Amino acid sequence: MIALLTRDLRLATRAGGGFGLGLAFFLIVIVLVPFGVGPDAAVLARIAPGSLWVAALLAALLSLDRIFALDHEDGSLSLLATAPLPLESVVLAKAAAHWLTTGVPLTLAAPALGFLLHLEGAAYAPLFLGLLLGTPSLSLIGTFGAALTVGLRRGGLLMSLLVLPLYVPTLIFGAEAARRGAAGLDVTVPLMLLGAISAAALAALPFASAYALRVNLR
Amino acid sequence: MLRVLDLACGRGGAMLVSGVSFSVPTGESLILRGPNGVGKTTLLRTLAGLQPLLAGSVDCPTEQSAYASHADGVKSQLSVAENLEFWAQVYGVTGIAAALRSFDLDDLRGRMAGTLSAGQKRRLGLARLAVIGRKVLFLDEPTVSLDDASVRLFNVFLRDVHLSRGGIAVIATHIDLGLDAPTLDLTAFQASADALGGRDAMFI
Repeated sequence: MIALLTRDLRLATRAGGGFGLGLAFFLIVIVLVPFGVGPDAAVLARIAPGSLWVAALLAALLSLDRIFALDHEDGSLSLLATAPLPLESVVLAKAAAHWLTTGVPLTLAAPALGFLLHLEGAAYAPLFLGLLLGTPSLSLIGTFGAALTVGLRRGGLLMSLLVLPLYVPTLIFGAEAARRGAAGLDVTVPLMLLGAISAAALAALPFASAYALRVNLR
Repeated sequence: MLRVLDLACGRGGAMLVSGVSFSVPTGESLILRGPNGVGKTTLLRTLAGLQPLLAGSVDCPTEQSAYASHADGVKSQLSVAENLEFWAQVYGVTGIAAALRSFDLDDLRGRMAGTLSAGQKRRLGLARLAVIGRKVLFLDEPTVSLDDASVRLFNVFLRDVHLSRGGIAVIATHIDLGLDAPTLDLTAFQASADALGGRDAMFI
C-alpha cells in the first residue's frame, strides 16, 4: 500500500502528472470572484467563506477522473486487482495520494487566498481547520465516484454529476464553520460534523469503491 | 496443479465458452488457441479471478497466481527499474536484477518507460512476471510485438526459470512459441448464443 502511495505521488509530481493543477485552478477562481462581484470589501468579506469552499470543491474535482482512468488505460488496474494487495487498500492508497496532492495544498493555500477576499481575521483558523478536516472526505467521495465511472468514455463529466451532490454536506458545514468564525460564534459543532463526515467516508467508502471497481473490471 | 472442471465463462452478458475441463500438472504449461473472440482472454481473466465463474469449478492456488494482459501496465513516467521495483514491493519480494537480465533490460534500466519501443515495453511487462515469482501464470498473448530473439528470451525464461521450478503456465497465443506443450482449442467449447436463457438473465 505504501508502495502504491509513493508510486502515485511520484507520478503526480513528474511531467504531465497534474500536480499543482488543482491549486492553480483554485487560485484563478478566487482571483476571478472580486472581478465578478466588484471591489466592495463588505460584500467580499460576506461571500468569502462560501466562495473559498466552492472553489476548493471544484479544484478537488478537477483531478478526480485521473485517479483510476490512467491505471485502467495502461492495464495496471487489472494487474493491481490480481495482486496480493486487497482492492480496498488500493482505493485507500489512491484516495490518500489524491488528498496529499490536492487537499493538503488547497488547505495550505486557502488562508493566503482568503486575504484576497477580505476574509474576517477570526475566520482564518476555522477555515483552515475546516479544510483540513473536510478535504479527506472530498478525496474519499471522489475516489468512489471515480471507481463508479472507470472505463466509461467521457466518464469525467458523469462523475462530476455523481460526486458534486455528495459534496453538499461537506460544503455546508465547512462554509458554516468559516462563517461562524467570522461572526465570532462557536465553531466546534460544524468542525465536529466535518470530522464526522470524513470519518464516515473513511470507514465505508473504500469498501463501496472496491466493489464498484470489481464490477467495472468484469 | 491447476484443475478446471466444466467451466463456463462469458463477458458483457453473453456466455462465450462452456464445458471447459483441463488440468495442468506442476512444471507444465498449456497453450490456448482459437480464433479472435472465441473467449481466450475471458477464460484467462476468469481463471485469474477478475470475472465470476458462470458454472463449473477452478482448483487453483489463487494466492500463487498472476495475470498478464494485452496491456503491460507499464507507467511511462517511471523508469524501467522503478516500474519493476514497484511491482516487487506490491508482491513483497526483493531483487529485480535477475528479471532485468532474463529479459535483456540491463542497459535500459534507467530509461523512462515512455521512451521504450513497443517490443521493449512488452519485455518490461514480461519481466514483471519474473520479478513477482508467482507459481501459476495466466498469460494473454505474451509475445505480441516481440522479435524472434525476444521470443527466445521469453521461452528460456518460461522453460528454464518458471516451469523448471515447478511453475504452471496457461498461455493464449496465435503464433507458434516453439514450446513443447499440449494445446487446447477453445472453438470446440463455444457456447450457443442463448445459453443463458436469453440476455435478460445476466442482469437479474
